[in-house]
Amino acid sequence: MRHAKTSWKHIRRSPYQAIAAIFIMLLTFLSISVFAFIVVGSSMIISYFESKPQVTAFFKDEATQVDVDTLRSSLDQTGKVATMKYVSKEEALEIYKEQNKEDPLLLDLVTEDILPASIEISTTQLDDLDEISETLKQNPSISEVVYQKDIVSTLTAWTNAIRIIGVTLIATLALVSIFIMMTVIGFKVAQKKDEIEIMKLLSATNWYIRWPFVIEGIFYGVVGTVFGWLFASAGLLYATPYLETFLQGVPVLPASPLFLFILLGIELLIAVVLGIIASSLAVLRYLK
Amino acid sequence: MIKFENVTKKYPTGNTALEDVSFAIEPGEFVFLVGPSGSGKTTLFRLLIRDMVPSTGSVMIGDWDLVKLSRKKIPHLRKRVGVVFQDLKLLRDRTIFENVLFPLEVADMEDNAARRRVDEILAQVGISEHSDKFPVQLSGGELQRAAIARALAFSPEILLADEPTGNLDNATSWEIVKLLQDINAAGTTIIMATHNADIVNSLMKRVLVLEKGVLTRDDKREKKG
Repeated sequence: MRHAKTSWKHIRRSPYQAIAAIFIMLLTFLSISVFAFIVVGSSMIISYFESKPQVTAFFKDEATQVDVDTLRSSLDQTGKVATMKYVSKEEALEIYKEQNKEDPLLLDLVTEDILPASIEISTTQLDDLDEISETLKQNPSISEVVYQKDIVSTLTAWTNAIRIIGVTLIATLALVSIFIMMTVIGFKVAQKKDEIEIMKLLSATNWYIRWPFVIEGIFYGVVGTVFGWLFASAGLLYATPYLETFLQGVPVLPASPLFLFILLGIELLIAVVLGIIASSLAVLRYLK
Repeated sequence: MIKFENVTKKYPTGNTALEDVSFAIEPGEFVFLVGPSGSGKTTLFRLLIRDMVPSTGSVMIGDWDLVKLSRKKIPHLRKRVGVVFQDLKLLRDRTIFENVLFPLEVADMEDNAARRRVDEILAQVGISEHSDKFPVQLSGGELQRAAIARALAFSPEILLADEPTGNLDNATSWEIVKLLQDINAAGTTIIMATHNADIVNSLMKRVLVLEKGVLTRDDKREKKG
């Protein structure tokens, strides 16, 4: 308690240094939060697609009901198809209306004529999807085949790239925040050189001298983290409606409060460790 | 009991601060340590609080061998040996009360007990009325008393006073010496480093004379009459 009081006095007497230290921590943890959202979100999207092994084939406009039926029975004969769902032009329009019901402008522009009929096929074996999609591509009445595997591999490639960038960015920011905190705290330690010398002569243990500075480091870390996390979470909450429209039915949002609080917990832990490392390094020079 | 045996202290610069110094001081003694500047008085004090270790020889306080003393025991040692530093080393941004409280805080003494103890010592050295003032507001003699008060915080067995009358006028110097005598009378061993021949001669106490790091005289005298 006595140490905490001393730290608070140190912080109050140099508010600008404190603000600098808190801001760099805020920046670091804002980035960590945003990065965590992206990584967790994209893995959820990927596993959603992976859990749905299906191909969607869109029919050409000129395809007749006979063409559709022929295709269905030929697919049935392979014995590899688990489910098959035909979506007619009318049904496609219904789905479109449902997805865009809040945007009348988009609804006015679209009639059932411009939406293709499609068929969604899932297989019992994931490996069979390749073969089915090849068969579909060769069918003359099919205009386009959308294969989830392509989506997944594209997404995976993107996520990996984001991960590398994110880790680099966060590592750099963490290092910079350690250096800035070291400078801020080191400056204060240097100012108190005489006092530290007297403390040692008056039989203060090294930890007695170190504690207020360590608490100061932890304080900067924790305050920066809480604000960084708050900004990131508020931003996510604000963006949720837009992102939901964009993601169209992939169940990622809204983010669960549990996830957000676990993230805060982990971040606080990192912040405390960063604070301790920075302040200990700063005091190290004066306490052999 | 303090015991120096063949103590030599050489600094890395090549200077020899103490050379083959041996003496023993019994508990409750009042000893003057006399010698010109640079004769090794302060070095001797620093050895006694384990602020440094001798190059060769041994320093004992009771049965503690300071050369072999573990780092953990240094705080204990510094409670047994109080020091009034030559430059006082009072903290400028703390009141006299807080300065005296400081070593007790460092030792994690319970707050109320510590405050009572500070009131007690400030009364003992006679500066209770300056309790809430800052060091800049006090006179030389008062500052000296404040430094003595801080050194007494743990009721040490031994009190080292480094030139406590160095910057004081004659009358004030005598007041400080009287105070040290009172503390000595209560059982504390006192070693006082000084230049003041007047005080040394009138008090008729034991005198250790250091010259260029060598102990040249060890006079045990009894006060006349």
